[in-house]
Amino acid sequence: MHIMEGFLPSPWWEIWILVSLPFIVIGLYQLNKLVREKRETLPLLAVAGAFVFVLSSLKLPSFTGSCSHPTGTGLGGILFGPCIAAVLGLIVLVFQAVFLAHGGLTTLGANVFSMGIAGPAVAYLVYKAGTRAGANTYATVFCAAALADLVTYVVTSIQLALAFPGTTGFFGAFTAFAAIFAVTQVPLAVVEGAVIMLVFKYIVQLKPEILTRLNLLSEATVQKLREAAA
Amino acid sequence: MKYGMELAVAALIIVFAAVFLVQDAAIRASGEEAWGGADGEAAELIESTGYEPWFEPIWEPPSGEIESLLFALQAAIGAMVIGYTFGYWQGSRKTA
Repeated sequence: MHIMEGFLPSPWWEIWILVSLPFIVIGLYQLNKLVREKRETLPLLAVAGAFVFVLSSLKLPSFTGSCSHPTGTGLGGILFGPCIAAVLGLIVLVFQAVFLAHGGLTTLGANVFSMGIAGPAVAYLVYKAGTRAGANTYATVFCAAALADLVTYVVTSIQLALAFPGTTGFFGAFTAFAAIFAVTQVPLAVVEGAVIMLVFKYIVQLKPEILTRLNLLSEATVQKLREAAA
Repeated sequence: MKYGMELAVAALIIVFAAVFLVQDAAIRASGEEAWGGADGEAAELIESTGYEPWFEPIWEPPSGEIESLLFALQAAIGAMVIGYTFGYWQGSRKTA
């Protein structure tokens, strides 16, 4: 999903920076508040950030014959919402842009939007909707994380199609970019969903009080999940 | 089943790896090159329209080895934090 350095012409790179900026500002504000009021959630925040570090460094082969990487931002989106996930995504994307020539500083706004904001926002909404509907918690986490991964690549395809409609127009270009990004991503999204589901299970087993503190799970649900695992 | 989810995820990853191996064998037999990055493919598609990137990365890893070193470092930093935190939680639960 990384749009490479210099591959977004003006005005698109400026537009995406402007779109992403408010999320980062709100995310920093929310982080500040979290650190002040719910200090005990900090280790979980570190895990969410570390997860993005690990997953986004793994370039995996997909059935289309090319390689792509999971994003790992779904977990941060579920746990802390899209604004804080945007800050976590920004840290990783800056690291990759500066040290790896992967992505870029001029395309940072667009990449933060797809990986740090759009994906996590979907994860957050799917998780909220699933919990409210009383669906199985782990199935909800799986769907939320897998969709976050997939949506990230769909958004990248939209961003590139907007900037490069070519002769075929937006939809023609979108189909071409989505064939490269989104189709490749489907199996990776499934694996990412499964891995994040497993991590969520360990959080429920080891530190469920943080999840209730963040209003993600009720104590009754935690009790039920822990009994089922025992 | 206590480890039901672990087994299901492990099975999924084995299927994922098996699909790769089968397909890799087919691609090798046809003599094509494959397994490049999707990011690079998109860049090629854009460049084929005559677009030239207007900005170059300020620094690039000088070789594939250095690049994989930095990627491995990135994963190691993350894995360290995850392992430390879960280990800490596990330990404090046992002594509580």
